[in-house]
Amino acid sequence: MLVDRKFCTFYLDGLFFGIEVHKVQEVLRHQQTTPVPLAGTVVAGLINLRGQIVTAIDLRRRLGLPERSADRLPMNVVVRTDESVVSLLVDEIGDVVEVEEEAFESVPDTLTGESRQLVHGVYKLKDKLLLVLNTTLALESKAVA
Amino acid sequence: MDEISGMDEIIREFLVESREGLDQMDRDLVNLEKQPDSRDLLASIFRSIHTIKGTSGVLGFPKLESVAHVGENLLSRMRDGKFRLNPQITTVLLAMVDALRSMLASIEASGSEGEGDYSEVIQRIAKCSEAAGKQGVVHQSETPSVPVTEEAPIGELLVHAGVTSEAIAEALVQQSEGDPRRIGEILVARGDVKPEAVLEALTKQAGGRPAAMSGSIRVDVGLLDKVMNLVGELVLARNQVLQFTASQQDPAFVNTAQRLNLITTELQEGVMKTRMQPIGNVWNKFPRLVRDLAVACGKRVRIEVEGSETELDKTIIEAIKDPLTHVVRNAVDHGIEAPEARAAMGKPAEGRLSLRAFHEGGQVNIEINDDGAGINVDRVKQKALSRGLVSPEQLLRMTEREVTNLIFLPGFSTAEKVTNVSGRGVGMDVVKTNIEKIGGTVDVSSVAGAGTTLRIKIPLTLAIIPALIVTSGRQRFAIPQISLLELVRLEPGQPVENIQGMPVYRLRGNLLPLVFLSRELSISEQCAARDGAVNIVVLQADGRQFGLVVDEINDTEEIVVKPLGKHLKGLACFAGATIMGDGKVALILDVLGMAQRANVVSDVRDHTQTEEAKRKPTADIAEQQQWLLFTAGKRRRMAVPLSAVARLEEIQSGGVEKAGDREVVQYRGQIMPLIDVSEVTGLGASPRRELLQVIVHTSQGRSVGMVVNEIVDVVQQSIAIEDGLTRPGLMGSAVIQEHVTDLMDVHQVLATANGSVATATPRGTNDAS
Repeated sequence: MLVDRKFCTFYLDGLFFGIEVHKVQEVLRHQQTTPVPLAGTVVAGLINLRGQIVTAIDLRRRLGLPERSADRLPMNVVVRTDESVVSLLVDEIGDVVEVEEEAFESVPDTLTGESRQLVHGVYKLKDKLLLVLNTTLALESKAVA
Repeated sequence: MDEISGMDEIIREFLVESREGLDQMDRDLVNLEKQPDSRDLLASIFRSIHTIKGTSGVLGFPKLESVAHVGENLLSRMRDGKFRLNPQITTVLLAMVDALRSMLASIEASGSEGEGDYSEVIQRIAKCSEAAGKQGVVHQSETPSVPVTEEAPIGELLVHAGVTSEAIAEALVQQSEGDPRRIGEILVARGDVKPEAVLEALTKQAGGRPAAMSGSIRVDVGLLDKVMNLVGELVLARNQVLQFTASQQDPAFVNTAQRLNLITTELQEGVMKTRMQPIGNVWNKFPRLVRDLAVACGKRVRIEVEGSETELDKTIIEAIKDPLTHVVRNAVDHGIEAPEARAAMGKPAEGRLSLRAFHEGGQVNIEINDDGAGINVDRVKQKALSRGLVSPEQLLRMTEREVTNLIFLPGFSTAEKVTNVSGRGVGMDVVKTNIEKIGGTVDVSSVAGAGTTLRIKIPLTLAIIPALIVTSGRQRFAIPQISLLELVRLEPGQPVENIQGMPVYRLRGNLLPLVFLSRELSISEQCAARDGAVNIVVLQADGRQFGLVVDEINDTEEIVVKPLGKHLKGLACFAGATIMGDGKVALILDVLGMAQRANVVSDVRDHTQTEEAKRKPTADIAEQQQWLLFTAGKRRRMAVPLSAVARLEEIQSGGVEKAGDREVVQYRGQIMPLIDVSEVTGLGASPRRELLQVIVHTSQGRSVGMVVNEIVDVVQQSIAIEDGLTRPGLMGSAVIQEHVTDLMDVHQVLATANGSVATATPRGTNDAS
C-alpha cells in the first residue's frame, strides 16, 4: 500500500534506472572527488557535500557496466541509507516519474550478471523500461569494499 | 499518548537523578568510613536515600521503596547518634546501593523492577539495625544536638568545626582594628584552622549545597554533538573564507573576514569546553572500587587523587574509563601487597594508590602510581620467554624499561593465580590498544619493592586536531601532529641507502626505516620533489620511529576530523578525512596503521600471530626478518639480522688504536673493540682501506664494531636457513636476492673473537657442533 511509486531516474550506459524518491536526498551535477588509495575500485572517492564527507560509488563499476568515457563527467545521486549518506555516480539525471502499479514486471532476461541481482524489477513505461535499483544490495559494504 | 510519554519523561529523570544519588552515596560511604564522625557526609547520604525512597514510592516501585526504606531506617539511627559506621555496616550499605542500582537498570531496560529477590539485602540491613539497637548508645555524640542552622554566623560555624572561641575573638579584634581580610582568612593565616574547614563552613552557611548546582542545566548529549558538528563545519567555512580573503583588496571585506575568524575560533573553544568533563567523573568511582577490591583481597589501600578537575573531551573520557579501571584493579590486586608482606618489608600496612592528572603541552597526562611490590623484571622475562613472546636474543638486548613494557603484549599476565579480579591475560594489551586508539601512549616504569607508575598521555580532544599537510602523487594527506617527530630534507645527492627491498636512512647514526607514501598507497611511482630532494617526515608509532617519504611538505593546519563511511572502514591506513581550505577533501593518515602496513612495526607484537611458525624447530626459522646484507673477505655475501645492528658507521682507519693485542676505536666516549668479520669466520683478513665499514652491535650497554667490506642492502624476507656449515660464527646459509648468503651469528662471532666459550644461544651451539 505504501509502495512509493515515484522514482528518481537516471541513465547508465544507455539503461534507464530509478530509485524510490524517498531514498534520494538530492541530485548534484559533477563534484570534485578525492580518490581513496587502497579502496575497492567501486569507490570513486570522497566528495564534500556542504561540509559532510560522503563516499561516492561508481555505479557503472558496481553494476559491471563498461567504463564511462573519460570526457564525460558523472553526476551524483545522493541517497540516504540506514547509517549514512552515499553518493552514486551516474551518467545523467532524468526526471522524477510516477508509475502505475500494473506496469511492474520482474527482471527481464535481457539483463545479465551483476546488474540482474541488483535490480528489483522493471516498470514498463510508454517509451522505455525503468529498472528499479535495489540500493540496499548495491551499497552492501562487503561488495563495495 | 501524551500522558504516557510524560510519565516516561519523569521516570527517565528519576533514573538519572537516582543514579547520580547512588554514585554520590558510594563516595560518601567510603569517605564516611574513614571519618565516621562527619555529620555532613551522613546527612548527604541520608538525603540521597530519602529522595530515592520518596520518589520510588510516588512512582510505584514497591521493591525499590522497601529496600531504600530499611536503608533509611538504619541511616536515621546512625544520624541520631545511636551508633557509628563500621566496615561491616559500610559493606551492607554498599550492597544496598548495588541492589538499588540493579533495580534501576531493570527499570530502564524493561520498565519494571525485575524478578530479582532482595529480601536478603533487606534482612542484612535490618539485622544491622537490630544489632545496633542492642548495643545501645555506643557513641556519645560529640556534635551538639542542636542542629546548626544555616543562618549561623561564620564564627559560630567554625566553633563547631573545632576552632576555639578565643581564636575567633582575637581574629574579630584584629578585624575591628582595621585588618581588611575576612575572619576565615585571618584564622587560616594564623594557623588556627584549615582552609578546608572554612570552605565547609561557608558551604554550610550558603545552604549546604555547592553554589555551582543552581547555575547549571542538563543538556542532551546528542544536541551537543550536533552543535559540535556545526561548529566543525563553520571552522571549515571560515578556512575557505580566509583563503579567499588572501586574494581580496577590499578592506571592509578583509576586516569582516578577520572578525569572522576570531569569533569562530572563540566559538570553537567555547563549544569544545561544553564537551569537556573533569576526569574526576571517572575517578569518582574508584574509591568504592578500591575499597571493595581491597576488602576482597584482604588488603588495606588508601586512594589519593590529584588534579581530578583536569578536563578532557567527553569522547575521550568515555574511551579511557575502562582502561583506567583495569589499571586501578591491577594495582590493587597485583601491585599492592598484603598487610603482613608490607610490614615485613618495613612499609606501612596500608598501601597507597595515587592518581594524578595534569595538562602538559596540549596533552593530558595521567599517572597511576602505587607503592606496592613493583614489577618483577625476572618474572616478566621468564613469562615472556615461556609464552614465546620474545626470543632470548631479543631479551638480551632489552633494557630493564623495555622488559617492563613487555607486560603490554597480548597474552601476557604474570599473576600466578588467576583471580576473579584480574589476571586473565587480556589485561594490559587491551589497555594499551584502547589508549592508542584515541591517539594516546602508555608507558610503565617500576622499582622492585617500591612500586609501579603507569603514565598515560592522551590528546585533549579528537574532534579538531593540528595536522601536517603533505602531498604525494598529487594528492594531499593530513598527518596528525601528535605522531610527528621531525622533518628531514635530503638535498639532492645525499644518500638514502636504498637499493631494493627496505630503504633506510641514517638519522644521527640510527637506522631509520623509510616508507614511501605513494608506493605504499600505490598512487603513483615515486616522483621526488622537483629539485630532486627527498622529504622525510619522521613519525613515531607504537614506540618505533620510521620515516615517511613524501613528495612535498605543505603546512600545518587545524583540521576537523570526519569519520569515513562504512565502505571505507576496512582501511587501516586512514583515520578519517577532513575538508581543506579550498573545499576539497583530504584523507587523514593513521600513522600506526601505516606503519603496520609497511611492516616497520613488525616488532614483538606480531609474535602472537606468528606463534604457529615459531613452534617449528629452530633450524628453519622461517620468520619474516629484516636482514642487513654485506660482504666480507673476498666478495663473500653475508647477512646479519637487522635487529642485531645498532648503527652503521664509517670509521677512518687512522683512528684505530691498539689495546693489548686488540684493535679498538674511541666511539661515543667508550672504547669500542673492533672485530674483523672475515677473519673470525675463517675467510682470512680483509684488505685494509682508508674508510672502515663498521656494523655496531650493542648489548648490555657495550658496543662492539664488526668490520666488514661493504654494506650492500637491507632486505625483508622469510629465510629458510640451511645447516651444514661448520665455519665458526655462522648460523647457516640461505638464498637472499638470488645469491647464496652466509648468515652471521653475532653472539658466536663475539664469543669467538673474545676467545672464550660461546655463550650458549641454542642456535649458536647447534651450528658449532
